[in-house]
Amino acid sequence: MERSIVFAGFGGQGILFAGKVLARAAMAEDREVFWIPSYGPEMRGGTASCTVIVGDEPIGSPIVDEPDAAVVLNPPSYAKFAAHVAPGGLLVVNETLVGEAAERGDVHELRIPCTRLAKDAGDDSLVSVVALGALVGYLGLVRPASIRAAIREVVGARRPDVLAADLAAFDAGHRVGARRRPHEDRVTVPA
Amino acid sequence: MTTAPVPVRPAPTPVGVAVRRHGRRVLMKGNEAIAEAAIQAGCDAYFGYPITPQAELLEWMARRMPEEGRAFVQAESELGAINMALGAAAAGARVLVSSSSPGISLMAEAMSYMAGSEVPVVLVNVMRGGPGLGSIGPSQSDYFQATKGHGHGDYRVPVLAPASIAEAMELTADAFEIAERYRTPVMILADGILGQAMEPVELAFRAPPRLDPDWVLGGAAGRPPRVVRSLHLLPEDLERHNVHLQAKFATITDREVRSAGEHLEDADLAVVAYGTAARVARTAVARARAEGIRAGLLRPITLWPFPSAAIAEVATRVRGALVVELSAGQMVEDVRLAVEGRVPVAFTGRTGGIVPSPAEVVAALRRLDAATGPRTREASR
Repeated sequence: MERSIVFAGFGGQGILFAGKVLARAAMAEDREVFWIPSYGPEMRGGTASCTVIVGDEPIGSPIVDEPDAAVVLNPPSYAKFAAHVAPGGLLVVNETLVGEAAERGDVHELRIPCTRLAKDAGDDSLVSVVALGALVGYLGLVRPASIRAAIREVVGARRPDVLAADLAAFDAGHRVGARRRPHEDRVTVPA
Repeated sequence: MTTAPVPVRPAPTPVGVAVRRHGRRVLMKGNEAIAEAAIQAGCDAYFGYPITPQAELLEWMARRMPEEGRAFVQAESELGAINMALGAAAAGARVLVSSSSPGISLMAEAMSYMAGSEVPVVLVNVMRGGPGLGSIGPSQSDYFQATKGHGHGDYRVPVLAPASIAEAMELTADAFEIAERYRTPVMILADGILGQAMEPVELAFRAPPRLDPDWVLGGAAGRPPRVVRSLHLLPEDLERHNVHLQAKFATITDREVRSAGEHLEDADLAVVAYGTAARVARTAVARARAEGIRAGLLRPITLWPFPSAAIAEVATRVRGALVVELSAGQMVEDVRLAVEGRVPVAFTGRTGGIVPSPAEVVAALRRLDAATGPRTREASR
């Protein structure tokens, strides 16, 4: 089954990184995967996004009409992507920055204090890693061990000093996501 | 005329790249994958000038070519890059040049010179929106330019259009082989999506065998001098040269045309699309089939030579064809020429760096299905 996830936030929030880690984890599980950044003319400090498509068959369209999930880390991203998530899909929202957004009734909305959890993990800049943890904890897209291995590969080589914080941030997000994961009888969301 | 041996570099060590450590399958950006495939194919020299969305190709070459002891030049302009390529290829080097749409336009003059003087160079165009500087978004609006001639004169250039990053790597090796076998420039026509996206690829590379050409300017010691030129002032000479070129283009048309089909066996409607548009079409075909519309996909892999025969054959079996492009409609003209009015040929596309969504393509298929449905067909009899 093909699943598409949009990651969006301020440049510098680790949006492309979170997408790459997910893509790498999916690849390690021998899944098909496609990662595409928005590379349009964005202002410095503007919104960055990337889309990751994970599937068991070769990925077709790189353009997704309605993503199955969106990770939105700032208000402009919420405004831009929240409306596009497929009905019954998942929104992972950085509650710290996206305060009083109107909730959509027909999607699962995971509101997470990403900044606080990242800070607790040791680095408040790791908001996207917390959100990735929540996404994976909730959806079970890939095994958490695959994500941890991907983080070790990517971060371990370049920034071994922040590796422990990255792993802790992922675990913190994953705990929240897994706890909120719906039981079978709660999967249906009222339209 | 005696033939001096062409200096042949020892076969490159297969895969010494950093990405190898992650195992057989690695995530690679399209631009980087094409660059590495070229290196592993034995590319001796790269010339380029930065432009989005192909910049990572040049950046990869800037790092990797010196590592391999080969030539990398970031030229002062696209004109400089393509003419350096012309010179290096005339001297027998396996040469890659890359750019994006506006940069390719600047290279058009040299493309004509390379075709005229029969110099093999592989040129990558990672297309962006036009005309003019346009945008940096993905596009397929350079189809006319790529397939109908960039510069002046009666010439054709083989154009290879990958639809995935893995295929882009294979076609990069093929491009060098076709270029050298036929003494012609070859273009790889990609787009911003293929350049910017990452997909898992297997690190399996191919280095085409080195030919032993008898025309290369490799030093005239011990043999008569050779000339590589496009200038033939005597009309009879130039016509003879053109006859020779046309015969070569006919051979390429016979031997090198490629396309791929999916779900065409029982299809009522055929979607024709290449590159990124073909991937959108593949998803749309699956969705259309799920709602009972029997669609299939015919994907040209060579845009010149164009798979006219394959399209003509499919046109005898379907009720209609739909062409999908990231353009205002360019390849659709060649599809209509191939179909020769046998069935209606519809078009759907987006411009400006916007990629049509699967939903838009499905909607176009529904319209075509309704317009050509059995009831309509019975009524028209």
